[in-house]
This record gives sequence, C-alpha cells and structure tokens, in this order.
Amino acid sequence: MSTSARQDRIVRVASGQGFWGDWLEAPRRQVEGGDVDYLMLDYLAEVTMSILQKQKERDPNMGYARDFVGAIESVLPAVANRGVRVIANAGGVNPPACAAAIRQVAQKHDVSDRVKIGVVTGDDLLPRIDELIESGHALANMETGESLSTVRDRVLSANAYIGSTPIIEALGKGANIVVTGRSTDTALTMAPLRYEFGWADDDWDRLAAGIIAGHIIECGAQCSGGNCLYDWQNIPDLANVGYPIVEGHSDGTFVIYKHPNTGGRISVPSVSEQLVYEMGDPRSYITPDVIADFTSIHLEQVGDDRVRVFGIKGRPPTDKLKVSIAYRAGFKAVGTLVYAWPDAYPKAELADRVLRERLERLGLKFDHVLTEFVGVNATHGRLAGEPHDPPEVQLRIGVRGTDRASIERFTREIAPLVLNGPPSVTGFAGGRPKVEEIVAYWPALIDKSVVQTHVEVLA
Amino acid sequence: MKVRLLDIAHARSGDKGDTANVGVIALEPEWYPVLANHLTLDRVTEHFRGVIDGPVERFELPNLNALNFLLHGALDGGGTLSLKTDAQGKVFSTAMLRLVLDVPDTEARGLGLPGHKEWPEYRRAPKE
Repeated sequence: MSTSARQDRIVRVASGQGFWGDWLEAPRRQVEGGDVDYLMLDYLAEVTMSILQKQKERDPNMGYARDFVGAIESVLPAVANRGVRVIANAGGVNPPACAAAIRQVAQKHDVSDRVKIGVVTGDDLLPRIDELIESGHALANMETGESLSTVRDRVLSANAYIGSTPIIEALGKGANIVVTGRSTDTALTMAPLRYEFGWADDDWDRLAAGIIAGHIIECGAQCSGGNCLYDWQNIPDLANVGYPIVEGHSDGTFVIYKHPNTGGRISVPSVSEQLVYEMGDPRSYITPDVIADFTSIHLEQVGDDRVRVFGIKGRPPTDKLKVSIAYRAGFKAVGTLVYAWPDAYPKAELADRVLRERLERLGLKFDHVLTEFVGVNATHGRLAGEPHDPPEVQLRIGVRGTDRASIERFTREIAPLVLNGPPSVTGFAGGRPKVEEIVAYWPALIDKSVVQTHVEVLA
Repeated sequence: MKVRLLDIAHARSGDKGDTANVGVIALEPEWYPVLANHLTLDRVTEHFRGVIDGPVERFELPNLNALNFLLHGALDGGGTLSLKTDAQGKVFSTAMLRLVLDVPDTEARGLGLPGHKEWPEYRRAPKE
C-alpha cells in the first residue's frame, strides 16, 4: 500500500483482542470474515506490565503477552498471502523477545520471506528510573502528589505510554507485523489510519478522530453488543458475536461495522456505551498525539450494524507523557462461604462476626478487612435495600496488609467455620484462599523530551 | 411524578484508579433534557452517600444525549488494592440506574416518560 491518500479510499482496521485473556477465536474470525487491511490487538492493562516484568526477571526471554504468538499463528495466512498487517502492544516489557517468538512461528510455517516484523522500544523507563529521579523528574503520583521515592525500592516496572509515531515509522519501513511495548491502546488504531491517509502530525481533528476510532474498538466486542445494557435481551447471537471494524475515510470520518453473518449489534446505543466507558473529562481525552474532545462526536446509524462517526475535534497535546509504574504494595486474600435458606443472610452475618472475633483474638495485623454478602449487597451496597429472603448468600471476606504471616493465617480461618460456625454452609470445595502479592499502580507524568522511542524492522 | 433512571436511561461504568466513572445515556434523545435538568450533581452525590468515600464530578455530553459522572473513592483503593467484588467499577452503572427522579407531572407526561412502580410488581416491558 502507498501513503498517497486517494480521497475515496477506505482503510479498514479490525479489533481482534480487547485485553489479554479476550476471546482466542476473535483474531482469526476478523481476518477470515471479510476484507480488512489491519488487525489491531490490545493486550495491556494497567498492571499487566508488572506481571510481565516479574516473568522477565525469571527468564530474560519472557515478558510479553504469550497469547499473541497463538493469535499470529491463527492469522498468518492472511498476513503472508493477503497483505493484512497486524499491530499489537503484545511486546509488554520485552518487545524484542516477542518479535523473536513471532519470527519462529513464521519460519515454522515457511513464510518468513513474507513477514517483516517491526519492533518498537523505548517506553521502558525502569533501567533509567534512578537517573530520572536524580535529574529532577519526581514521577510524583498524579492522584496523591506523593514522590516516587516513597516506594522506589518496591518499583517493579515503569513504562511511558507512547503514541502513534513509532508505529507509523515501522509501517513506513515495510513492517507487516508491528510489536510495541506500552503503546496507548488508541494508538494501535490511529497509527494505521494516520499512516495510510498521510495525516499531518498537527492535523488535530483527524488525529482526534483516529483516537476516538481506537477508543471505540479497543475493548473488542464491548461496542458491538457485548456487555451492552441497552436492549440486552434482544441482541442476537452473542455466541457468534462479531468484533468491531473501523472503516476509515481520509477526511477523518469513519464507520464502525462488523462482518456479515456474525452476532451482536452495532448501534448508536452500543457505540455510545463504549464511548463513555472509562471516561474522565469528556472535553479532554489526553493522548501523546492529540487531545480529543468527546463532546464533538456525532453518531448516526447508516445501515444494519453500521454507525457513522463524524464531527470530531481535537487540539494539541501536552508536553508530557503518562507513565505507568507498578510497585509491590503488600498482600491480600479473599475467602468465601455459601449459606443456604432458611435465614441465609443472618447466618452469613453471624459467620462474619465469628470470624472477625477470631481474627482479632489472634492479634493479626491487617490494613483493611472488607466483608460483602453476595446476593445481598456486594455490587450495590446499601442501594440494594433489604434482601427478600434469598435462597442463598455468599459471605465474601477479604483482608489486606503488609504482614504476610497475618494474611496466611487468615486463609486458615475460613474452613473451620464449616464445622464450628453457623449452620447450612457449603461451597468450600475450592479449598483455602490463596495469598496474593499486591502489585499496585502508580500513575505519573514525565517530559516528552526524555522518552526516545526506537524502531527496528527485522528482515 | 417518580421516574426511575432505569426506565429512561442506559449506562456503562469503568474505573480509573480509585474512581469509578458512570456514563448515563438517555434511552430516547428527547429525554436527554430530563437527565440534564434533574440528574444533578447534588442528586447523584446524595444517591451514593455511604457507598463511596469521595466527591462526585459531573460532565455533560449533549451530543451523545449523555452525562458522565466521576465517583471518587468508590473502589476500596481501586485496581489490585481493592478487596471489592466490583474492584473495577463495572456495575456502578446499574447502581446509578436505581436512582428515582422527581419530574414535574406536566414535563413527564409531555415527554411520555414511564412512571416508576415499586418492586416486585414492576416488570420492564420487552421491547419490539
């Protein structure tokens, strides 16, 4: 494909993964269900980087989203033979190792002459963190204002959210699979649109349109009928749900659609629900490339399962990048037991009181203990009102703290309640709760000039 | 007239740290002014009193017939720190839709708003 933008041309970017753990079938279905130009796969959530960092510490060849290898294998014929290009932030904290794994897959299937892998690095700030703090970058917590030095010795990973520019560079160098680390989710969609249509780096309205296209499809089927509250009873054939595709136009307008003969629904309500998902101030959706204004978005149903998006406005970005830092923050465990009718709720309440009294007598140290009664108040709190004699209630009690021994001991105090607590209790087949180390998220900002990305295309 | 939010709006929620966001979207475009006029910052703050620990922020998106609310201190610390079932605020949307608005009778009838009946007699009519 050339970068010369013909006015009537369209570019189709398909979403094949909304998070690491999303439907394994989706990438293949997106490239086989109809023509698409690009497949974007989003693997990284806020704490994913720290999990990957731990894996890399154990094995220097790990630290990327391993599901991506299987995804590539499932779409390889389309990449090698039909010119579909793949863009994914599956590289995690080790994009080169991810690229090496992809290369092996290409070799195994004897198509390595037709697969050029672009590798984007430079987002990983962990090796530079002390140097950065010393040179005056406090990496203060955006929410609390605390300096990073308060948790410095517990930091596991630190990655700058990077934008579309290095992805475009990789595409320009002929890559047909682009692997990045902590790219923003939205850049994975905006980059191919900007590249194909040759949008200037100060074409704020079009760049913002690309970002909003990315926001709509970055959670996979969550804009095409999945997790859709509006008229959920009548959304057809979710077992066969179609993942969304952006049909981009050079003027920055686009249509969200899905392949024919798939389930789900793309409508103004389904797209609206996704647009407001994880929204902050709608006038300022800040990305490394542009600030998008969600109050400028217009939606129009232009056909069955086709929603046109237009009118989008953008403005220049800030001179900062967001940094995602993960640090060790103690331990937690959650235990559950199920109490049956009659009086399911009072039995569960009594069990909670008994358990708490025992924990206190043992002198265990917790920063926080939380009890929820699933079936009564776990999701809506007091807003749920009084329960109407439920057939069963799950007692769910969680503890958090820095003293691992206390958390361990808590996990031994649940099972005894089956025999020495209130009656009509069951649901302990899963065994003792697991102690989990908490890896917490520390959002910060850093000057853009400090972060240099690097692009390599493996021949 | 009592109007339950569930009967005039749909919603989706998500998280950012210890903050849950709830986007509320009018079921019919002509019902958006009911949200804009009656689903106020005070009304939502009162609704979530005792459920969240922090303040509420409110934003308007008339282009999507929607409001966006930020509920701070809603997620028991948020993310991996949270001990809540709903650590990522996924269903705060439906907790919001329990809210019952007082809409003047003439306004409610003029817009054909469905009135609120108390549980359990209430059943939502299936759509065409």
